[in-house]
Amino acid sequence: MVVINIPEPTVTVAPLDVDTRMAALRKMLEIRLTEERIQEMFLANLIRGTTHLCIGQEGVSTGVASVLRKGDTVTCTYRGHGHALALGMSVQAMIAEMMGKTSGCCHGKGGSMHMTDASIGLLGANAIVGAQLPIAVGAALTAKMKNTGAISVTFFGDAATNIGAFHESLNLASVWKLPVIFICENNRYGEYSPQHWTTPVENLSVRAAAYNMPGVTVDGQDMETVHAEFKVAAERARSGEGPTFLEMKTYRYLGHSRTDTGPYRPPGELDAWKERDPILLLKAKMIADGQLDEVEFAELRDATERYIAEVVEWARQEPYPTEADLLTDIFYEG
Amino acid sequence: MPELTYREAVRNALADEMRADENVILMGEDVGAAGGVFKTTPGLQAEFGPERVRDTPISEEAFIGAALGAAITGMRPVAELMFADFIPVAMDQIVNQIAKHRYMSGGQFIVPITIRSAQGGGVGFGTQHSQTAENWLLNTPGLKVVLPGTPVDAYGLLRAAIRENNPVIVLEHKGLYNLKGEVPEDTGVLELGKARVMREGRHVTVVGAQLMVHRALEAAEALAKDGIDVEVIDLRTLAPLDTATILASIKKTGRLVIAEEAPHTSSWGGDLASLAADEGIYYLDAPVKRVNMGRAMFAYSEPLESLAIPSVTRITEAIRETAYAQ
Repeated sequence: MVVINIPEPTVTVAPLDVDTRMAALRKMLEIRLTEERIQEMFLANLIRGTTHLCIGQEGVSTGVASVLRKGDTVTCTYRGHGHALALGMSVQAMIAEMMGKTSGCCHGKGGSMHMTDASIGLLGANAIVGAQLPIAVGAALTAKMKNTGAISVTFFGDAATNIGAFHESLNLASVWKLPVIFICENNRYGEYSPQHWTTPVENLSVRAAAYNMPGVTVDGQDMETVHAEFKVAAERARSGEGPTFLEMKTYRYLGHSRTDTGPYRPPGELDAWKERDPILLLKAKMIADGQLDEVEFAELRDATERYIAEVVEWARQEPYPTEADLLTDIFYEG
Repeated sequence: MPELTYREAVRNALADEMRADENVILMGEDVGAAGGVFKTTPGLQAEFGPERVRDTPISEEAFIGAALGAAITGMRPVAELMFADFIPVAMDQIVNQIAKHRYMSGGQFIVPITIRSAQGGGVGFGTQHSQTAENWLLNTPGLKVVLPGTPVDAYGLLRAAIRENNPVIVLEHKGLYNLKGEVPEDTGVLELGKARVMREGRHVTVVGAQLMVHRALEAAEALAKDGIDVEVIDLRTLAPLDTATILASIKKTGRLVIAEEAPHTSSWGGDLASLAADEGIYYLDAPVKRVNMGRAMFAYSEPLESLAIPSVTRITEAIRETAYAQ
């Protein structure tokens, strides 16, 4: 029997209004179903390389995105499909990018690990563990120097808290009092290694104390809790009070990457976490509050699935880049 | 025509670009209040304030990465990496992030970053404070690499680097900071990617950068007395490389000596030899000669360091050998 410790909220978690809840539910379904389709496409060799899926973690990206404003910026990890879709990247831009097509968000030059869209503030998804943190610190520096009121958010995993860039970034953000929010998605495994093999503390948020910034451990499966805790950090950043470190306790249902089946998990752990699935938690609240019923949920799910299938068919017909694209975008010319 | 030291030229370039564009900011270890470890930034914090001239923690990965984040959101950061030996501490940010950011995003961003760093030996700083760093960087598409060797180039090329909408690494030579030279008032912004013929000659071409150029010029003076007329080319920018100027010179002289303050293997000297073989082979009347550090490191002890770095004597002998080769 695996017991999951659920952190208590440090703020009042008020129910979000029905429109915000419905938008979050749609978004989480879009992320979940898009990634399920991506997994199928990988296994069918329709997509090359590797992929890192966030199925089970959708509550974090959706909860954070529900607070962000236009002009805010985000850097994230190679497990970044959820962040990109939550911020508003289209399924078309993502699927086409996964297939290496010109109509992808990076014109096929990025791929699964580098979903990037400047128009929604997504500065980049990074394939080097921890490297996105200093970049987010720099985006926060711009916001502060230009006095834009924007905040900078960076997502990273539990294992990234053992890398130098993490510590250097928290330190620099704190001494410069920058509007950046560090969001650790603690899914308990760094690749195939459980957290306790590699990290001497259970709650990673304690590491914030060394940099004199608030550190909070959050129930990352409940998007309303994520929203409420992140909102406090965002207001703090916008009002010039500096950075915050939020540790989101969450779980990935699939392996680290494409071929990992997750044999290192203790029996029962996956099932225990699925009991607290972020989509099912929000769905249950909405049903309990009379905002949704099972039929409507099934319809929403089916409609999302159909839409994604249409996108995949469209993307398959899209052109690949050509030799003319090989050497473009290395430098800005002009 | 005012005469400036190389150090003053660097400082003036920074000041002029900061006056020209409020988005230009400076960051690095002790660049603010202290005016820089090599005194290339004195008075800048007083003029532009602590927001624009920022002292950083000793935290190269963080502030070089922060320079990238600032650059892609609207600033034009100039980051000082003090000694070039510290570049590997921030290597991920330089080669994986800064160099690749535009390409892998499909051209969504411009990346106007300048990284300045002091390199080179001859001043007794030992193995971890003397390294020349350009060859670590040249294997990375997406970076421009500049090695100014004179005050006028330290000024005009740094201004060009700061105006460039791409990442530029400017490696200053710490042995040249006290070098004086004319920097005409109208120098302005020089063009990146152009070599400079420092001395015209008919018999042998010598190509180098920074300290090696000055030693080659000395060698050329000595050889002139023996009737050997040496052309000396200062590359100034390693990436992009001005192949046209090099090839035109080989065409004229038929003989090429490459002088580098760097190890023999995997260095730009090999690339130049390859260029001569690929595109200049029919101009050559003698084998290409490379003068470099071989397998040696920058040693602390003066006799050892002097043996490691190509001396005027070694360069002179290499030119003489090449001049008379059949």
